Amino acid sequence: MDVQYFVELFFGGLTRGSIYALIALGYTLVYGIIALINFAHGEVYMIGAFTALIVASALGIMGFPAGGILIIAALVAIVWSAAYGFTLEKVAYKPLRGAPRLSPLISAIGMSIFLQNYVILAQTSDFMPFPRLLPTMPFLDYLGNIMGESELLILATSTLTMIALTLFIQHTRMGKAMRATAQNRTMALLLGIDADRIISLTFIIGSALAAIGGVLIASHVGQVNFAVGFMAGIKAFTAAVLGGIGSIPGAMLGGLVLGLCESFTTGYFSGDYEDVLAFGILILILIFRPDGILGKPRVQKV
Amino acid sequence: MTIGKTLVVTALALVLSASAALAAQTLKIGVPGAHSGDLASYGQPSLNAARLVADEYNAQGGVLGRQIEIVAQDDQCKPEMATNAATKLVSDKVDVVMGHICSGATKAALPIYNNAKLIAVSPSATTPSLTQSGENPYFFRTIANDNDQAKLSANFVADTLNLKKVAILHDNGEYGKGYAETNKALLEKGGKVKVVLFEAVNPDAVDFSAAVRKMKREGAEALIFGGYHPTASKLVQQMQRDRVRIPVIGPDGLKDNAFIKMAGKDAEGVYASSPSDTSALPVSVKAREQHLKKFGEEPGAFFYNAYSATLALVNAIEKTGGLDVDALMAALRTEVVDTPSGKIRFNAKGDAAGIGLSLFQVKNGKFEELGHRLTLD
Repeated sequence: MDVQYFVELFFGGLTRGSIYALIALGYTLVYGIIALINFAHGEVYMIGAFTALIVASALGIMGFPAGGILIIAALVAIVWSAAYGFTLEKVAYKPLRGAPRLSPLISAIGMSIFLQNYVILAQTSDFMPFPRLLPTMPFLDYLGNIMGESELLILATSTLTMIALTLFIQHTRMGKAMRATAQNRTMALLLGIDADRIISLTFIIGSALAAIGGVLIASHVGQVNFAVGFMAGIKAFTAAVLGGIGSIPGAMLGGLVLGLCESFTTGYFSGDYEDVLAFGILILILIFRPDGILGKPRVQKV
Repeated sequence: MTIGKTLVVTALALVLSASAALAAQTLKIGVPGAHSGDLASYGQPSLNAARLVADEYNAQGGVLGRQIEIVAQDDQCKPEMATNAATKLVSDKVDVVMGHICSGATKAALPIYNNAKLIAVSPSATTPSLTQSGENPYFFRTIANDNDQAKLSANFVADTLNLKKVAILHDNGEYGKGYAETNKALLEKGGKVKVVLFEAVNPDAVDFSAAVRKMKREGAEALIFGGYHPTASKLVQQMQRDRVRIPVIGPDGLKDNAFIKMAGKDAEGVYASSPSDTSALPVSVKAREQHLKKFGEEPGAFFYNAYSATLALVNAIEKTGGLDVDALMAALRTEVVDTPSGKIRFNAKGDAAGIGLSLFQVKNGKFEELGHRLTLD
């Protein structure tokens, strides 16, 4: 029973952690390229979930099969959120490219508030039920109930997504250009890399990942409202800092570590301390290892 | 001071006292509450209720020969506006107060009424401490407090479901935590049921998987959840997904059709406590008809509680034949009034005795009242 319990908590933590990781990747990609904490990222995640909800409801009325709805809704959500991410960068950050570092940060917070209120006005301030689109998988009962259908889906999808992202970054021309821009934007420019395009691409990829996270979690918990992006965003930010902001494997690792820590804290200690732990970790990391687990220490050039 | 000024002041004082004497001919009931803003839907029905009771009495010649005048004060359910509203009512020299609506606003306003020795009866403020702390001797309410609901659930788990182990979760808010803590205290005092898990879940958490797993491991046979419906619907769905199929019992924060909408089929079988359905009582039927006739729509939230509160106040004034505060308080405590909330009076703390609470269960997508009831005393 105890091993079983441990395994349950482990997979529960892994599920939650992989959602954190998907969102954290968006933070870390953007930070890697333009050294900005995109505080509106949580809202992009929320918009992804909302878009999927709208598309799924519309397709549901038209009588599509459930599995098909989920895939189509997720694809639309990814495209739509990516468009939001792209626009967000053009509207809120690009005009501030040369400004002091605080300006884009304030702009990001402003966008976050704006997007939340926009969704309240355009959609609703109520919680909305997210349709159940996953088929029941009776074989999970035979696996001793260590995880549910949506947890399996989350683990599978996020693993595939992260593998795809790693391959893209490591083995394509675009990925190489992204890495180059992250290392030294001026040098990349001199070598003929269109930095603006790379920055846009980064926002598009980050937002698409957030949308995947949003759709997964919405179909997991079965509800969405305008504020879901806030807590998820803050936790993912913690994960990104934990892993080392700017580092892609760091964000994945940070997400998983944070998810597992939370799950085990609740499981073996008390749910009262779940958030205390998460933010306690953030503070400790900032004090003792500001570069995170996998982050490289940044040498301040004088 | 010149003679001219003195004259003016004297004249003014005369006019003022004359108008005060005129005003004293009406019986003023102050009705503070949310009459505008986001929460107007909580307060407006109570104002309607007070007006309907006043109309009815006034049509028959008033109370003790005096016409009832309703003095409305908007507080938008905001504590800072509530203190202003209360000060205004005191300076308007109202005789009694029927309000406030929200617990926070009520809490802020009560010290002002206490100082003025003004009786206030709230139709809707449910925070237990308002009456239980003993700090507000002039405060009464015609709604069960949050802790009363725990009496119903604790008793249901122990005696009706006959369970041995129960988990209690709450959302760490005042409402949910208070309900959860009272449940725990009652169950532990009863000694029949063991509370195997007592902790908070963060309503904003990405999921509740670990808490649900823990509940299963501790062998909980039922879950008592203190909080509101969005968190509850997330929790019951998580339980279904993780195949933890045990009864769930909650307070009236769950008894909302939005809960069923959100949780869908996972809401089936969930229990929620709430005031008993008294809409079939003759007084309620009459109140509803009056409302339909005057306002052309169905009465809203807390309408019947407010109707009951106004009736209880007017009845006490009628019975004592005056406005002496001590006599009025004694009358509120002893005189049983036939109201839309049942035959009620108030207990020593100021909570209504005679109000019924019932347990409801979701069946086929609707809340259905069960036989499990509790009459407060």
